[in-house]
This record gives sequence, C-alpha cells and structure tokens, in this order.
Amino acid sequence: MNGAQALVESLLREQVEHIFGYAGATICPTVDALKEHPEIGYTLVRTEQNAGHMASGYARISGKVGVCMVTSGPGATNLITGIATAYMDSIPMVAITGQVPSHLLGRDIFQEVDITGAVAPFSKHSYLIKDANQIPRVVKEAFHIASTGRPGPVLIDIPIDIQTQELKEFSYPEEVNIRGYKPSVRGNELQIKRVIDAIARAKQPLICAGGGVWLANAKQELLELAEQSAIPVVKTMMGLSIMPTDHPLNMGMIGAHGNHCANQALAKADLLIMVGTRAADRAMVDPREIQRRMATIHIDVDPAEIGKNMQAAIPLVGDVKVILQQILEKQAPVTDSAAWLEQLRDYRKAELNRTFPHQDGYVFPGTMLRTLGKKLQDDAVVSVDVGQNQIFTCKYLPQKNGRFLTSGGLGTMGYALPAAIGAKIAAPKKQNIVICGDGSFQMAMNELSAIRAANLDIKIVLLRNQVLGLVHQIQNVPPYHGPFGVALDGSPDFAALAAAYQIPSLYVNDETKLDEVLGDFLSRQGSCLLICEVNPNVSTND
Amino acid sequence: MKQTISVLVENQAGVLNRITGLFSRRAFNIESLAVGVTDDPTVSRITIIVDSGNSVVEQVEKQLNKLIEVIKVRTLEETAMIGRELILLKVNANHKTRQDIMTICEIMGAKVDDISPSSMTLELSDTPDRIETFEALMRPFCILEEVRTGVIALQKGGGKI
Ligand SMILES: Cc1ncc(C[n+]2csc(CCOP(=O)(O)OP(=O)(O)O)c2C)c(N)n1
Ligand SMILES: [Mg+2]
Repeated sequence: MNGAQALVESLLREQVEHIFGYAGATICPTVDALKEHPEIGYTLVRTEQNAGHMASGYARISGKVGVCMVTSGPGATNLITGIATAYMDSIPMVAITGQVPSHLLGRDIFQEVDITGAVAPFSKHSYLIKDANQIPRVVKEAFHIASTGRPGPVLIDIPIDIQTQELKEFSYPEEVNIRGYKPSVRGNELQIKRVIDAIARAKQPLICAGGGVWLANAKQELLELAEQSAIPVVKTMMGLSIMPTDHPLNMGMIGAHGNHCANQALAKADLLIMVGTRAADRAMVDPREIQRRMATIHIDVDPAEIGKNMQAAIPLVGDVKVILQQILEKQAPVTDSAAWLEQLRDYRKAELNRTFPHQDGYVFPGTMLRTLGKKLQDDAVVSVDVGQNQIFTCKYLPQKNGRFLTSGGLGTMGYALPAAIGAKIAAPKKQNIVICGDGSFQMAMNELSAIRAANLDIKIVLLRNQVLGLVHQIQNVPPYHGPFGVALDGSPDFAALAAAYQIPSLYVNDETKLDEVLGDFLSRQGSCLLICEVNPNVSTND
Repeated sequence: MKQTISVLVENQAGVLNRITGLFSRRAFNIESLAVGVTDDPTVSRITIIVDSGNSVVEQVEKQLNKLIEVIKVRTLEETAMIGRELILLKVNANHKTRQDIMTICEIMGAKVDDISPSSMTLELSDTPDRIETFEALMRPFCILEEVRTGVIALQKGGGKI
C-alpha cells in the first residue's frame, strides 16, 4: 500500500463520505487512489476557495468533519480564504494539499508554496508529512483535533513522493493521545453551583446564544434551560437559528446590525449568560461596559475566549452541551422574570410587526424576506452571503427549526452558494435556499456548475441592487464623500447566465406579486434563480 | 512588569515558528526567548520573558496552551524562581587596562574565555540585573561585540511545571 492509498483508507476509517476538491499534478496519486472508492463522493469545484466553503456547509449540516483536497501552489493558496473563513467560524474541517517532492522542499520549485506556514495564523493545526508511515496517525489526529474542543480547520500537506512511498504496514490507530491537547468537557461543579445561585437571584436574566451552541449540538439543552427558568434569549449572528422567531422567549439578534429588542435586552439585563459565544466586536460593541453593569456567566469550550473580550464573573469552561446538562440536572430555578419578559415582548412585538417602506418598481428586502420565511419548510437550510443582504436576512427572515448559514467571523462574500451546495450534499432532502447580493453572487457563480453536475435542488434568491450595497451605504455617510467604485457595471444578465447552466429563473420587482412569485419559485422541481430588484439607495436602517 | 513564562513543547520542526507567529499575530511583545531540549529528548523547554500586565500574560498563557504542540505553560513567580542569562562580551583590552578588567571579572564572577593583544572575551552567567551591571562596568573599556542568550529559568524547590 502506498501513501495515497493509505490516505484514502484512513479517510474511509474516519467515515468520510464526500470530498470537495480540485486536482493538480502533486495530488494526482491520491486522486488516483480515490478513483478506486466510488463510495466516497467527489465534487469538482470551479475554484479552490469554494472547496473550503462547500466543506464548511457540509460540516455544519452533517455534524461531521468537512473534507477538501487540492493541489500544491496555486491550488493551496486559492484555498486559503476557505480555511480562514472556516477558522473564524470554528468549523471542523480537514484540508488536504498536495506538495512538491519532499527532497525539493525549500527550493522554490514549480508550484511550491509553504502552505502550512501560510495558514498557521488561521488554522487550528497543520501537518507536513515527511514519511508515509505516519499517514494513519496524522489523519487520525487531524480529524480528532478538527472535531473536538473548539472545532477548526486542520491542514495536511503531503508531498507527492510521500503519496507514492510504500508503507511498511497499514494499521489505523484506535485512539488519539496528544499530550498537549486535552480539551475540557465537564464544567467545574463549584462554578455550576454559582450559576444556579446567580440565576436564582436574577430579576432580568438573559441568555446570549452563539455559534458554539450549534457546534456542540446543544440546541435542545439551551431551549430547555431557557424554558425551565423563564429566561429570554438573544442570539449572535452565528447562533441566529437556535430558536424559532415566534418562540415567546426569543428576543432576536444582538449587535450593531441586530434587532432593537435584543440590544435593549442586552442593555438592561441584570444577569447575562453567554453560551458558546466570544462577545465579538460586531455582537457586543462594548463588552467591558456590560461586564461592569451586570452579572456575567460565560460558558465556552475554549478557555482562551474567557477573558479575551470580556472578563465574566463566572467563567465555565467545557463542552457547552455537557455544561448545560449539568445545569439542568441541578434544577435551575424558575426566575422571577415576568415583568422583564413583558417589557421585552412589547419591544419584540413592535419590531416584528413593523411595516416596511415601499417604492414602485422595487422590492424592499425586509418585505421579501418576511414573505419568503413564512413559506419555507420547517427545517429549511438558508445560506446567506455578506452585505446588506446578510443584515436584512438576519433582521427580518423569520426562523423556524432549520439552519441559517453565513460567514459570520470573516464576512467572506461568495460564501453562501458553495456553502449551500455542501449543505445540500449533506442533507439532500432538506429545502435549501441561498440569499445573496449581486456582488457576492458574482464571486461564486461559477459553482452553478456543481449544481448542474449533480442536479441539485437549490433555490437562489438574488437581491439585485446593482451595487456593493453595504459599502455604498457606508460611503453615503461622513467621513466619506459619496459612492465610488461600488457600481456593479458590466454585470451579466443573470437570467441568461442561469439559463446557460440550464437553471430557470424568475424575476420580481413588484411587491404585490411577491406572494405568487415566491410560491412558484419554491414549488419548482430543481434549482431556480429568483432575481429581486432592490433599490440601490435602500439602507439596512430603513 | 516583566514576567517569565516557561513552556514545555514537543521537540519538533516548526514549533518555534508557531510560537513566535502567535506572539506577533496577537501583538504580544517578547523581551527574550530561549529554547533548548530537556532531559526528555522529545520535549523542549522555552523560556519567554514578556513585559505586560497580568491580563495580557493570562491571554498569552491561554493562547500558548491552544497550540497542539504545547504540553505545559506556567508563569513563574519572580520570587520563586531561579533565572539566569549567559553573556559573552568582547572588550578592548591592552596591557594598561587588562588588570582593571580582570579585577571586575573577579568581583562579578566572570570568566575570561579568550585573550588577544588588543581584546579580551569574557563570559558571565547570572541574573539579568547583574548581567546589566557587568555590561555597564565594561562599557568604559569599549565593548567590541556581545551576545546574550536570553533568560532561562526554573522554579525553586522540588516541584516542576
Ligand atoms: C471577499 C470580500 N471582499 C470584500 C468585502 C467587503 N464587503 C462587505 S459587504 C460588501 C458588498 C456586498 O455587495 P453585494 O453582494 O452586492 O451585497 P449587498 O450589500 O448589495 O446586499 C463588500 C464589498 C467582503 N466582505 N468580502
Ligand atoms: Mg448588491
């Protein structure tokens, strides 16, 4: 057995079912070995960045480690944005890159690049394999590291001569033992007790749920705690779909681009329980102020997040699901929060019932999203890009019991379409929606090929405003002097473009037709593109 | 405040790179850094001196701990550790100044490693403070060149990190 075969065998041992990749000379031996294993699905992307995003969407929906595989040099550098995007959102991913022959490393030969060095600041770990006999151990470790503790991308760089090197024997390790890597799982019992006491004392308690709740698969536990103790919940962008919009304890999304109600709740709470969130700058503008004003509990699997942005009074390090179970076992008390809930619900109601502005010839994103959300299936997967389209979707798309995928940490335009493709491959039966801007879509539209090749059913909503809307909005306010370099002149006829991939499209610029058009759109068999005409001067604060 | 962080790491290629990369990326300042293998050949010990407040040092510790190859991290208490640095210092010396230099070396406990008609190369291992005193005393003789290892440190008593 050679290195390439050992690598593929190791991936099988890790129950890998799908790889997103792009071949090139230095990864050819492994691609060749993959050919013998049709049980592993393979998607050929159209640029390597999207292999990362597809693996990310796949990982988020399947709960497994996403795998992407590309060649050395430009293949590896093209993948970098995919890796950085996954790192910022803590996505479990293993990226495999081919590399030039090991005895030529360091000579700047054709298509050589130091990819382990390049991704060091934004990968959880990386390996450069120098002996094929280490492949089973490295793969075992890579999957373990990627998926445990705070998940993240792990890179395996494998020179072509190592792929063709014969192994002495193949034996896949049963377990991993890395002495410097032992993530904590259970929360400290004393701290749990302090949490219970703090909840008992609170009159205006608030849970803030982040992406860590999804990563730990702890949605159920979180809802149980909120319901059992009558604690309202706000979410960060990464935690957005943790709770359906109409849940009586759901107070919306916090942050600079969040809901008014959620931000009010955050400002007025007397106890904040942060679960799987890092108090990032976009979510909490001034965490020190919050920490000064109210009691804070911070539950996270990554000890380095405790005290990085906020120094919580009660830190609890461990697996979010396990810790929530520990709290639930202790019978967290019902809080005396009736007055508090009442007050928040008033804010919430006003926000959910607000009317949107209307302009003839255009669709206001909020109006469209509200209608769309009502029509979506209960467990739909919605992927959204970056820009005004993202902010509008976070604010106004009603959530049910599905998933909401976006690039929260890095804010990578072009994430939505490839992530949705990965998600569709992970969950073929689930309704799958993409919401994107016309700028973002043009960063990823080459992946319509992946939709076509596998005949995927993905519904793409394109909010066409002919500009890089969010930047346009920023430029319209001092200290800037008006829009420049943001008009998307030269954009294609999107309907014709979709048609070139044999994907039908619909068009809407009339809000009175929204209901009908969206109904038609969602009921189609197979993929469809819906182009919504949006006024370029619309602001996310409108 | 200067603080001494002692780190045990896997003795593998690329580890030092990850550690220094982490310091630059997180904007932590390193005053000095010394690495060497330990009695266990698979483990190296890195001694890092940072000049920062406690909350920064706590973040440094946590971020170091996140690196997979980092086995243990401990900030050593100033009063409960032994910290030493080695300096090699080449100074101008002739028949007129040689005796004065020798006297200072004797008082400070420094060794003469090399001598030439116009120079002497001296060696001293001591605390950073005393190394600096020694340096100051040598400056009037005109220092030609010098090299310092950076501090290495162990905690006092029978315990280990
Ligand atoms: C890869 C990348 N480049 C640049 C940006 C900066 N940026 C943030 S939002 C935005 C505009 C997005 O335009 P579009 O996709 O049309 O969405 P809209 O805001 O118009 O809804 C830009 C350029 C980014 N987030 N990602
Ligand atoms: Mg746009």
